[in-house]
Amino acid sequence: MKVTLKLYATLSDHLPTQARKTNAVELDLPAGTSPAQVIETWSLPIKLCHLVLVDGVFVPPAERATRALAEGEVLAIWPPIAGG
Amino acid sequence: MGWTKKVLRVDLSKGTCKSEPLNMKWAQEYLGQRGLATKYFVEEVDPKVDPLSPANKMIMATGPLTGTMASTGGRYSVITKGALTGAIACSNSGGYFGAEMKFAGWDMVIFEGKSPKPVYLAIEDDKAELRDAAHLWGKTVWQTEEIIKKTHQDPQTRVCSIGRAGENGVMYACIVNDLHRAAGRSGVGTVMGSKNLKAVAIRGTKGAGGIKDGKAFMKATVAAKKVLAENAVTSQGLPTYGTQVLMNVINEMGALPTRNHRDVQFEDARKISGEAMHEKRPTDGKAQLVTNAACFGCTIACGRISKMDEGHFSVVNKPEYWGASGGLEYEAAWALGAANGVGDLEALQYANLICNEDGYDPITFGATVGAAMELYDLGILTKEQIGMDAPFGSAEALVKLSEMTAKGEGFGKELGLGSARLCAKYGKPELSMGVKKQEFPAYDSRGIQGMGLAYATSNRGACHLRGYTVASEVLGIPVKTDPLVTEGKADLVKAFQDATSVFDSAGVCVFTTFAWTLADLQPQLDAACEGGWSMEKLALVGERIWNMERVFNNAAGFTAKDDDLPPRLKTEAAKTGPAKGKVNGIDVMRPEYYKARGWDEKGVPSKDTLKRLGL
Repeated sequence: MKVTLKLYATLSDHLPTQARKTNAVELDLPAGTSPAQVIETWSLPIKLCHLVLVDGVFVPPAERATRALAEGEVLAIWPPIAGG
Repeated sequence: MGWTKKVLRVDLSKGTCKSEPLNMKWAQEYLGQRGLATKYFVEEVDPKVDPLSPANKMIMATGPLTGTMASTGGRYSVITKGALTGAIACSNSGGYFGAEMKFAGWDMVIFEGKSPKPVYLAIEDDKAELRDAAHLWGKTVWQTEEIIKKTHQDPQTRVCSIGRAGENGVMYACIVNDLHRAAGRSGVGTVMGSKNLKAVAIRGTKGAGGIKDGKAFMKATVAAKKVLAENAVTSQGLPTYGTQVLMNVINEMGALPTRNHRDVQFEDARKISGEAMHEKRPTDGKAQLVTNAACFGCTIACGRISKMDEGHFSVVNKPEYWGASGGLEYEAAWALGAANGVGDLEALQYANLICNEDGYDPITFGATVGAAMELYDLGILTKEQIGMDAPFGSAEALVKLSEMTAKGEGFGKELGLGSARLCAKYGKPELSMGVKKQEFPAYDSRGIQGMGLAYATSNRGACHLRGYTVASEVLGIPVKTDPLVTEGKADLVKAFQDATSVFDSAGVCVFTTFAWTLADLQPQLDAACEGGWSMEKLALVGERIWNMERVFNNAAGFTAKDDDLPPRLKTEAAKTGPAKGKVNGIDVMRPEYYKARGWDEKGVPSKDTLKRLGL
């Protein structure tokens, strides 16, 4: 299944160079892949995966290993950030 | 230094400056800065006063931690009746001006009356005098600060001033200090301009002193700084990407108001984001962002300092805009960008520079341009009326209109009214996206429900800094709540509003609350100030301040009908994103909030509530 992975702020360093202009990369994943598995595959520091959204909806830490991604969804991840 | 226990009262009509002791009974009940100055204001000013009449007063106030070694202890606020809103106004600014006021030995400066001619106030420690400002009238903020520093022959003089926006009656004029920090909202600069007061220049050499318990204060401030240093948001997130990192977050969540709130996601959000500011431009190979920057005593350093692309159409042959200067921050980038559908980062920074240079609020300005673009889109405003084509997304229109507004040129004069007055003038009051005549900041309340209630009940009109539930609903600080539901938001909003009232009265920056709670602030205040500042006392003070402001607004003529959102947010559902199909549930949350506050169904604090709070 096709899923879009978006990494922002300092996590964008983990993207291929050409993908940093958009903060996004297209992934082809086995059905049922979870956000936690993507985080592990991409060797993203767990402590920096603070804000995890799937199609804009927050996925709590306890659900990141069980929430199955679906075709066409967007997984977006930020380190601890704030603003205002 | 805790309180200096001195107030400077400036009668602009008579041209006098007099020192008086700080009312220490009130200091114990309202702490300082926002709370204490508002107490002075409501005691001295008729709530029904015309904001632009000499009878309105304006207070510049520090908090007990301003000028101390407490992290972010450089804040000051301007309290008055807002020109834009007609409500109590309290605009808070960083930089170095507030600390300098404290170093000169003053807790606050109260301005009353109106000068018969342009003047500026010069303070050097205990000495204060009004000086002629005829040579400064007509000058920008940047020119004014430079001239005053040269005149005083002291580069360490700190200056706050109004630009041409404040002189020309732009209803949302700011008071700008240190070139690009501003008491920005509600038209406090418009009030200053109406008094013929161009600037305040301060040099303080007394340093810090008067801390109640120096040893305990040292211990408390070091511990609190450690909390900031060990928190990933305040030690890494904010310094690296600043507030602008929110652009993509809020857009992904479907809560980025776009094209005057017609949409909740902006297709060019990434182009105007914090990430984009870090990237090298294809045109000149340089990133817009030069460095981060800190205000006085701040250990976070969230500020952005940027340089524009010298080849951008807005600054070609304008070298005065090529140097490093403040911006872009998230709110300005949103208001000048997504709110108008403009995705040109350089154009946004140019308009932001103009706002700083001429002293007007980029949030209200950007949102007003967005409203004008919708009026243009609907055919209500024409090319001839505006003086140019002004479709959504036009960077050229944004740039030209920013140049016209402060000077009051052409259609810029109408933009200077703000969106509420502009839209009403053209028969479409419902197209003004704000509350109490003040425009929304950068969060769409269809996607972040609690912010709808925070906006509707904010005492100074729509504002994110009175109750920033985004911290909880989006960022999970202190705990994550669901942004798409109304349940529990009444209590959440009240808690944020009351706690923020305390931080705004202490002299520190509200951004500390991304890491601190009241429990981190309390030991610092208790060590600095006499009177025993317990958690319970602080909580009561926060709630007291909020209710005091509410009582003033009610007496000024505001009612429950003013605690509402524009019809668009209540009837036009979000088209995309997680909030697709949702409107804001303000009508559900409002009565819950009144009940949580101890107010009646009309939004009036009950006798019991007032008695409990000592009001």
